Amino acid sequence: MQTLGEFKLPHFFNYPPYFTLQPVRDTREKQIQLWKELILDYCRTQKVFVIGLDEDFQLFSNPTIERSLSHEAREAFLSALVSEGRAEWLDKGHRKCLILWHRIQDWADLILHFENGLEDSVMTVEEIRSGVESRGTELHGMDRTILMRALKLLEHKGKLAIFKGTSADDEGVKFSI
Amino acid sequence: MAGNFLPAAKLTASGRPVLDSGEVECSLLSTVDLHSEDLLAFPLLKSGLLILTTHRLLWLSSDSNTPTAVYIPLSTIQHIFSTKKSIKSMFHSPRVRFQVSTTPEGHVSEKGLKSLVITLILRGKTDIDSFLGKFWDAWRGRAWETSGSATESGPGSGSREGSESLALKVPVVGVSGILRKEQEMWESTDKSLQDAFQDLNALMSKAKEMVVLAERMRLKLLSGSNNQTSETNDDDMGTKEEMQDWLLSVGIASPVTKESAGALYHQQLSRQLADFVKKPLERAGGMINLIDIYCLFNRARGTELISPDDLRQACSLWEKFDTPVMLRKFDSGVMVIQNKTHSDDEVFSRIRSLVLKPDALRTGISASDAAMTLGVAPAMAKEYLLAAEGKGFLCRDVSSDGFRFYINLFPEISPDDRYFVKDHGIYSMWISAVSFRLAFFTDYKEVGKSIFWTMTVDFMENKLPSGCQIYSEAYKIPELFFFL
Repeated sequence: MQTLGEFKLPHFFNYPPYFTLQPVRDTREKQIQLWKELILDYCRTQKVFVIGLDEDFQLFSNPTIERSLSHEAREAFLSALVSEGRAEWLDKGHRKCLILWHRIQDWADLILHFENGLEDSVMTVEEIRSGVESRGTELHGMDRTILMRALKLLEHKGKLAIFKGTSADDEGVKFSI
Repeated sequence: MAGNFLPAAKLTASGRPVLDSGEVECSLLSTVDLHSEDLLAFPLLKSGLLILTTHRLLWLSSDSNTPTAVYIPLSTIQHIFSTKKSIKSMFHSPRVRFQVSTTPEGHVSEKGLKSLVITLILRGKTDIDSFLGKFWDAWRGRAWETSGSATESGPGSGSREGSESLALKVPVVGVSGILRKEQEMWESTDKSLQDAFQDLNALMSKAKEMVVLAERMRLKLLSGSNNQTSETNDDDMGTKEEMQDWLLSVGIASPVTKESAGALYHQQLSRQLADFVKKPLERAGGMINLIDIYCLFNRARGTELISPDDLRQACSLWEKFDTPVMLRKFDSGVMVIQNKTHSDDEVFSRIRSLVLKPDALRTGISASDAAMTLGVAPAMAKEYLLAAEGKGFLCRDVSSDGFRFYINLFPEISPDDRYFVKDHGIYSMWISAVSFRLAFFTDYKEVGKSIFWTMTVDFMENKLPSGCQIYSEAYKIPELFFFL
């Protein structure tokens, strides 16, 4: 079985038509479905948060069968994820895509759950994603953009407050009790 | 209907008249009445199609319920009356009157003792002078006197009509006599060809001879394999196919032209096309590109070429009458001619068998691969593949290797578990085909729910590649037969 990193690839990854955007509607719908799930699962296991369309993204090529997705195909599959709310374009030119293998709401829940187990109700944003306490949790190493969005969502719900910290470039979070 | 007076004319399946050898159409007029004022019993033939040829005057009824076709041999005409231009004639439809010889009972006949005046009333939009001119030319040309006589040479023909006449003149003595006979025949053929190509007008008159020549050549080629005295080396036999192609294209000696048919041009063209298309269609495997027919048809006509628009109009007219062929437009825009009885499903099942072969499972098929299996042109094969793709049987693979098609696996992949592979399905078949890179499948057989594989294995190292064993367990292939 082939793998990409630790991610186990399915058999159809070696099926050449999988890498050609199919024109027939029913076939394309199935193809898009498979790619959407593959992208999400791959990004989750490899902790990939952003995909750049012009960059080499390992999942989009298969050297064994010498095939890779065209730019048009990549945009089609990512757009499908965006439509489903599992991704967002970071620029108007659709060159970079933010992948939400956890929805913002899911991240927010994870943050609250994480905070529950802590004693301190105040911490910096950086500490949440790279501090000692976050090691071993899903929050560790998460994308800053996504973290800020989740925190803002929680702030909107009154679960916490974001404030500017002592150092010029970092913000802090105070959780409501 | 007119059975007692005028003989019946033979028609083709598409309603076109069957012309005799050497007979060429000169003019077509619609809405023509034919009657005789002299004989009360003579039937009034109303509003039919009048066809003037070098040998006959034909009248076809337009009524599709009771199709009738009769003719008057030009040889029976004794006199054609000139038209009287008067004030009265300006308000009536133009009339053409001529006198034919008949038997005492009134049956039109060459050596009849009595005579009859027949009147044609041209009700359609016609140029009477032009038609009259052609009528006179055809009648005076007396074309019926030159054809049908094999032993006498007609006026203006430069070549001898038959090798049989040569054989009588030159004593045939053994092999040299036969060879000399052959030589003389080829020389006369060569001269005939040279004369023909010098002058295009001369070519038109030689057209009949060319067709006779072509027919004889065809027969000679057919008997070539049995002939022991002629030098049949491999080169000759190789070009036999080319010769047959060429002969097919010189099949028409009587093109329907705008001049001779006027307003009926597309109708008659349509019928002639329906007749012509039958043989090329068979040779092309049941489906032929419209562009190819355009080339073949124009080649057969020689001069008086038709435009692509004429062709398309002629094909679309097929809907109006009963033909065994039809025009079909694919989604890609390609237009083809195919038999009405043609079945797509049968072709699709043949394609399916083709893509399930181990080679095709691994690398897919191209339009040329399909063309060879289906026996059609590659462009037609591509249309079939695209149609099969549209139905969901195939998937495309576009890469630097080209445009290829594979069996559609997407429906076989489980939406709930992307790693799941069903036993005995197409998916597991495909996986096995692509996994054995060191061994090569030569055949597979489905027996009930099991699949039996036949494969060759590289025995250079005197043992199976170690990967094999693992794969066979993982993909649960029931049985493997090995042969050297």
